Amino acid sequence: MSEITADVIASHGFTDAEYAKVLEIMGREPNMTELGIFSVMWSEHCSYKSSKKWLKTLPTEAPWVICGPGENAGIIDIGDGQAAVFKMESHNHPSYIEPYQGAATGVGGILRDVFTMGARPVANLNALRFGSTDHPKTRHLVSGVVAGVGGYGNCVGVPTVGGECEFHASYNGNILVNAMTVGVADQDKIFYSAATGAGNPIVYVGSKTGRDGIHGATMASVEFSDDSEAKRPTVQVGDPFTEKLLIEACLELMQTDCIIGIQDMGAAGLTSSSFEMASKGGVGVELDLDKIPQREADMTAYEMMLSESQERMLMVLRPGTEARAEAIFKKWELDFSVCGELTDSGHMVLRHKGEIVADLPIDPLALASPEYDRPWVPTAKPPALDMASSPAPDDLMATLLAMMGSPALASKRWIWEQYDHMVMGDTLGHGRPGGDAALVRVHGSKKALAMTSDCTPRYCYADPVEGGRQAVAESWRNITATGATPLAITDNMNFGNPEKPEIMGQFVGCCQGISEACIALDYPVVSGNVSLYNETNGQGIHPTPTIGGVGLIEDAARSVGIGLTADDQDIVLIGESRGHLGCSLYLELIENRTDGAPPPVDLAAERKTGDFVRAQILAREISCCHDLSDGGLLVGLTEMALAGQRGVRIALPELSMPLHAWAFGEDQGRYLVATNDAPALLASAQSQGVDAVLIGKSGGSDIQISGVGTLPVDTIRQAHENWMPAYMA
Amino acid sequence: MKAAVIVFPGSNCDRDLQVSLRIATGNEPLMVWHGDSSFDDVDLIAVPGGFSYGDYLRAGAMAAKSPVMREIIARANKGVPVLGICNGFQILTESGLLPGALMRNAALKYICKDIHLRVETNDTAFTRGYATGDVLRIPIAHHDGNYFADPDTLDELEQENRVAFRYTNAQGEQSADANPNGSQHHIAGILNKNRNVLGMMPHPERLADAALGGEDGKRMFEGLVRAIA
Repeated sequence: MSEITADVIASHGFTDAEYAKVLEIMGREPNMTELGIFSVMWSEHCSYKSSKKWLKTLPTEAPWVICGPGENAGIIDIGDGQAAVFKMESHNHPSYIEPYQGAATGVGGILRDVFTMGARPVANLNALRFGSTDHPKTRHLVSGVVAGVGGYGNCVGVPTVGGECEFHASYNGNILVNAMTVGVADQDKIFYSAATGAGNPIVYVGSKTGRDGIHGATMASVEFSDDSEAKRPTVQVGDPFTEKLLIEACLELMQTDCIIGIQDMGAAGLTSSSFEMASKGGVGVELDLDKIPQREADMTAYEMMLSESQERMLMVLRPGTEARAEAIFKKWELDFSVCGELTDSGHMVLRHKGEIVADLPIDPLALASPEYDRPWVPTAKPPALDMASSPAPDDLMATLLAMMGSPALASKRWIWEQYDHMVMGDTLGHGRPGGDAALVRVHGSKKALAMTSDCTPRYCYADPVEGGRQAVAESWRNITATGATPLAITDNMNFGNPEKPEIMGQFVGCCQGISEACIALDYPVVSGNVSLYNETNGQGIHPTPTIGGVGLIEDAARSVGIGLTADDQDIVLIGESRGHLGCSLYLELIENRTDGAPPPVDLAAERKTGDFVRAQILAREISCCHDLSDGGLLVGLTEMALAGQRGVRIALPELSMPLHAWAFGEDQGRYLVATNDAPALLASAQSQGVDAVLIGKSGGSDIQISGVGTLPVDTIRQAHENWMPAYMA
Repeated sequence: MKAAVIVFPGSNCDRDLQVSLRIATGNEPLMVWHGDSSFDDVDLIAVPGGFSYGDYLRAGAMAAKSPVMREIIARANKGVPVLGICNGFQILTESGLLPGALMRNAALKYICKDIHLRVETNDTAFTRGYATGDVLRIPIAHHDGNYFADPDTLDELEQENRVAFRYTNAQGEQSADANPNGSQHHIAGILNKNRNVLGMMPHPERLADAALGGEDGKRMFEGLVRAIA
């Protein structure tokens, strides 16, 4: 075994203070295996050492929350004794190094987090952020990531129903691949990871352990430099067919009473899973590494404990149920090995080839896991945009056309048509990708789950607090726009190097904004993941707290989509318009500037407006609904026309703002809806103090704005649909 | 009428097909595990979509050699109707029940979207619910749906009226744009000589429920039940 030199210690990512703590806990110099275990357990990725302090400030409770953060995934009550289990997780670093496998295993990992808890995965979403479209690596990364997400999700047979895709230069050296899985479980069949009962058998199931992904968690805890390519071997390789078998075998076993605790082997593999299970259950662990199914010859204890080979689970079974459990795994042709047992020693003891190769105290290691209060500076508030500096465009309709065909707003059909979004037979027709939120029926019921992923990083960069608020509010709005009630979120916090006070300031600011919005909207955080060190050569990404939201509609037949469903319906704008152009997509795309403050989110108004819209949808007063976000009113209206394959005729109201600010301003808390009875809708809105104004009618084949201009929907469709296929060709 | 749905470990449209057949037949379909070399007599055998054994080798190549397929081939040869959808179609060609092969899509990408199909013949139980010439909207979801056969086989399929479905546009016209995967003769589904085996890439079970966006697929199952029962 190698000697523990200063270089070895540094290469395992320890600071001097951290290594001193290792020595104190061990009371001796650790061997390589032990050092490796400390290294991954205390990595940023596993320990959340920079973020823990702030994550604790997020609101995590509501009457419908069954399980908040801290388990494999969050759980909420969806009625009828059922629960939705969900989480979003990043696979950023590996996806940049090896896009196909990085993205594929990201999907595999998040699926396991959900079915580990007893839920059948019913939907996948993904939030992808790539570098600028003119960066030489972008096409290669888009192509690999999309193929990887699809290759995995399509094979396991879980529909990929939604997500987002954005291009920005801040991601040139660090793309973001955030994958979310939503599952459905029976509330009386939920499984947790705590291991209890000294003497109970520990069982390894799934794929064999190989040498792939060793130190993946450590790799995800440092910045990239020019030699990142050399880290390719730390990326794992996915096998979706085995994952499918593992899902079926685990869910079959979960119908029995064999399992005491179960945990997937994700980041830091066997080390992290066994440690977490033992630590939560307050027990010790003894593992016989000779019993670990191995894919390669002569693997060392160090390699086995740090491997991140995919599609593996660790379980603690009720004694005497081993044979029954084994029969199920044999049926699905998966490895099943009783590889150890729980003890009351409080230690993790590893045996290999007849010798004890590691002996670590569990609680001291887990409890002493570093937690830093990193220095941070608040981000300076940007000054509001001086409207006088934004001249009116010469041709509003040409501007609209240019925006609809831009990478930011162009159709992402090229991506989602590579994902099976219909398998399992419950994706609603108007809830397919491309709308505000995906809608998936809870199998065999009238209910549906609404799911969405949202973040506007340019807002978060300009003002992290406002950006954090906006990300949560937009998620809530997207779910509301389908008629569903937003219930809870998962947050996937992607940031740069937390050792820089200004980056830490972005993190703290976003947490504050998220908290405020979650409280105001009764929309708690039930799970999440943090990805830091998204930097290359010192350049950090835009702060990107991706919010994955889940909502419920009791009667799926009452849900609506974004597409106009009929001609001659009244189109009503709900929510207050002020023409806020600061930090808008319009400024970025048309004026090539990114200044100004982002639009403020009035959380009280957000709530009131959203609750009004949802009630009107459920009362069937509204036939389609779209929330307004990037690009504002005219872009939202055009998206409804495109989805509904019909035009609109807009009668310009009297404006108290420049026309282009009305058209493209990104004021928050707004919805466009179509109705057969505008007077009734406007009267209801007025009686409840909600702003609403009739702006036009559906029909024809053009976007027609009185006194401004006309643009055929088909012309827009061409620009909107052609950009991405042409770019990727 | 009693239907069986074959379940390979990597099948993932087995439940979708089970639901459609349950609704159409009024009976619970028999779910048959891939390792079973015998199962009860049924009036229809359905081989669902998915990734049978992972399909890391040619799609369906391993499944074609499975114990259950030996039994299915024997029953098909006795005249029992066999329907293969997507991966099921790939398995039927690999097992020799249907001619030709399904190659990688011409664009080399997985494609999941609604497409249009023209019914080329209703002279088989499978398409009795349609009129010849009907245009259907039904989804595809595959990576390997590019139908290929040698010229003699194609001639034979055409002459014997064994092309069941062709990819078209919404108006029922064939064009390169309306052919999603590069299939020869725009073929989306074919019959065997006895017309009791149908393989098709599109998924009728996915648009057999108005809530999911359409019901064109439902007519296939309803017609099948009427023809068989």
